[in-house]
Amino acid sequence: MFEFCTDPSVLPTGQWFACYLTNGVHFLFYQSFLTVFLLLAITAPLALAMGFGAAAASRAEIAPIRWLGKGYTAMVRGVPDIVFFLFFVLVLDQGIEYIRHLIACPGWTDPIRQGANFIVCDAARTPQSSAPQWVHETYNFALAIFTYAIVFGAFCGNVLYGAMQAVPRAQLETAEAYGMARGQVFWRVLVPQMWIYALPGLSNIWMILIKATPLLFLLGIQDIVFWARELGGSRTSAYQYPHPDWRFWYFLGLLIFYLAFTRVSEIVLSRLTTRLSRGQATAGGEDLRRAEA
Amino acid sequence: MICAEAFQAYGLRALGYGERLLPRGEIGICEQVVLIGSGMIWNIYFAVLALTFGFFFAMALAVAKAARPAWVRKPAEWFIFVFRGSPLFIQFFMAYEAFVLLPRMGVEFTLLGVAIEAETRWLARAWLGALIVLFFNTSAYAGEIFYGALKAVPKGDLEAADAYGLSGWTRFRRITFPTMLRLAWPAYTNEAIFLFHATALVFFSSFPAIQQRGDALYYASYFADRTFNPFIPYPIVAVYFVIFTLLIIAVFGLINARLNRHLPRAARPRLRIRPQVMR
Repeated sequence: MFEFCTDPSVLPTGQWFACYLTNGVHFLFYQSFLTVFLLLAITAPLALAMGFGAAAASRAEIAPIRWLGKGYTAMVRGVPDIVFFLFFVLVLDQGIEYIRHLIACPGWTDPIRQGANFIVCDAARTPQSSAPQWVHETYNFALAIFTYAIVFGAFCGNVLYGAMQAVPRAQLETAEAYGMARGQVFWRVLVPQMWIYALPGLSNIWMILIKATPLLFLLGIQDIVFWARELGGSRTSAYQYPHPDWRFWYFLGLLIFYLAFTRVSEIVLSRLTTRLSRGQATAGGEDLRRAEA
Repeated sequence: MICAEAFQAYGLRALGYGERLLPRGEIGICEQVVLIGSGMIWNIYFAVLALTFGFFFAMALAVAKAARPAWVRKPAEWFIFVFRGSPLFIQFFMAYEAFVLLPRMGVEFTLLGVAIEAETRWLARAWLGALIVLFFNTSAYAGEIFYGALKAVPKGDLEAADAYGLSGWTRFRRITFPTMLRLAWPAYTNEAIFLFHATALVFFSSFPAIQQRGDALYYASYFADRTFNPFIPYPIVAVYFVIFTLLIIAVFGLINARLNRHLPRAARPRLRIRPQVMR
């Protein structure tokens, strides 16, 4: 990075750290923070959309759709946490390979489960073993995102369903009295009003989602936890930048990163609460109205 | 191997008794159920001790956070923020690395007349190190719950207490505390369930399992690696967790009923169980 970095062993402490923190592997470490943000940026809207779908389905007139919505939220909420995460990715992975196997190799006669092994034909391997490294990484990441979205979608569905129920009945009845159709009542009256009721629950889920991101490490993704362990481990003088076991300091850095992230989220969410309270028939909305009057 | 034999060999394996070698070769379902159940002893140990000690510390934190002087309030606020605002996973890693870095030394002290020689290297073991992290973590979460309940104690109750001439410690013990506990109990039940589920994270927390004395997930992953079939051991773990979760709900439900026994039946708050992932 810097010109004076050619021989780190003779540098004074300040310059040594400047070189150390800007060497190649550290940029991979900094990139992995982007992985976390990317995960959040994709998962949050996806989970919200799935939750919205589930909540809307739970209110449907047609019974099978209603069962689907309720079943989905109930299923994920009932299964204990981390076991779900470890298990689901595997099931998804094997499920995809199995379906592709059925399509790609109809003439395959060997059993797929040979004792303990899961063997599908080569054409069904996902991703193909000849695929470049980045395809494997992207595939793993996509599986992880999908798992997060399913789990958190169920939580969102639960919160949004509660929020829809919390909108005063009179509001909906008034809309019906004005002759609005079911869809119109839903989109024009129910949905705009439900967010303020959903916000406390949704911000809770957002906080949990932030704190769930280190679990990426367990799913085999090279995320910030992976790099913190990797870079923090002690290095002998055979390396360019020898140092003792610094994992504690790396984890301290991660801890501060998460605390800062949580704090910023808290501030943003409290602003959003104020914004959404405007004009609502709630105590918060009433306070705002009084303050302006 | 018959189930009774498996039980004799591995029933207390997680504590270091019984067969020294873990099962290998042909592994039956009995061995898996027994050994994973034996690992559950550790999960229960973590949950029970962390919750018991955490209850009192959380109460202190809640009172401190509600206190007026900043030098009492601020530390409590920061403690709660740090432990609630960061992932437990990171807390485990950090605590482990910190405990490993500690200089090795022994401290001698007497507890209830028994001389105990504590060593700092105990902190790098799961039974103490992970327990401390879980203890701090649950204290922070429960502290926030109790703080919320403390703020929700009806004004009229406190005014009535004042009118009766109760003040200070007496008022807290006889009026504030029982009402607070009653209000906080449903949320605290959820916290207890969370914490119990969070003990599963100990396996990933880099605290080593010495002589293969591990928790439930440790043995489950051992079996998954040995048999290449995760579809047996992980559901066994899940079933164990569900059973003990139901047990927690039952016990906390009884306490809830006792806390609310003075209320008319219709006004008693019901426990609403909302298990959620990760912390």
